[in-house]
Amino acid sequence: MRWFWIDRFTEMVSGQKATAIKTVSLSEEHLHDHFLGIPTMPNSLILEGMAQTAGMLVSEYNDFRERVILAKVPKLMYHSRAVPGDTLTYRAKLEAIEESGARATTTSHIGDRLQAEAEILFAHIDRETAHRPLFRSNDFGDLLRSLQLFSVGQKADGSKLTFPEHIE
Amino acid sequence: MPSKEEVFEKVRDALVDALGVEDDEVTPAATLVGDLGAESIDFLDIVFRLEKGFDIKIPRGELFPEDILTSTEYVVDGKINAEGLEELKKRMPFADLSKFEENPVVQEFATSLTVQDMCNYVESKV
Repeated sequence: MRWFWIDRFTEMVSGQKATAIKTVSLSEEHLHDHFLGIPTMPNSLILEGMAQTAGMLVSEYNDFRERVILAKVPKLMYHSRAVPGDTLTYRAKLEAIEESGARATTTSHIGDRLQAEAEILFAHIDRETAHRPLFRSNDFGDLLRSLQLFSVGQKADGSKLTFPEHIE
Repeated sequence: MPSKEEVFEKVRDALVDALGVEDDEVTPAATLVGDLGAESIDFLDIVFRLEKGFDIKIPRGELFPEDILTSTEYVVDGKINAEGLEELKKRMPFADLSKFEENPVVQEFATSLTVQDMCNYVESKV
């Protein structure tokens, strides 16, 4: 099992904003016991999805060369449940980014309805070892391809984002 | 230019949001780490909030000079030497380092920064 809590990106504007979707399905095993008879997407995994959306936005800003970790969630609010059949739309906005980390605001919507919102802080870690590969072979490249990030990604000037040469 | 009261109120708001503390806990004499429970990642959060709240840019190392605190030139046996203290004072004219000077153990440095130090720093930037 891989820790993927978004299905694919539908928008990515470098250094500004990203949108990703997550379709909730009853075939996901974790919903079978959460809760018995009342399948509910765990709120913690919705936060993870919002963080993965924003984290990729932060990571792309530095051409995926920094090690970006979720460091802090200063604000988090859930407004309703997410259940099988729902498509969650995660939107992330990059509010600030600097050498040591970044701050993003994120939302989760079901249709037009705001389902959750969070403010997330990311840290850039282990800069001295950042030249060493973090993933085995082309795992990270495969992840980026799976998420279709470069199918929708744009630079700030509107031109197409290109797949980083340093990633297989 | 904002008044001292306005600076304090905005700094207090930033600390309340970043640290989850109550308004009345944020007094000028309160230390960020000791009294308000700030951890290392909170400093990045606080910097982002101050930059947004005051529309200023806070260069890395200006509010918290990590380079001095980790320098083998200035740190001997876990303590800042006299040259290091001079450098800290030069770099941090906004901070009252008199208490830290009495026992300049690097690990204690973060605990000596107060809300008033932070207000002084912001006032020097706006």
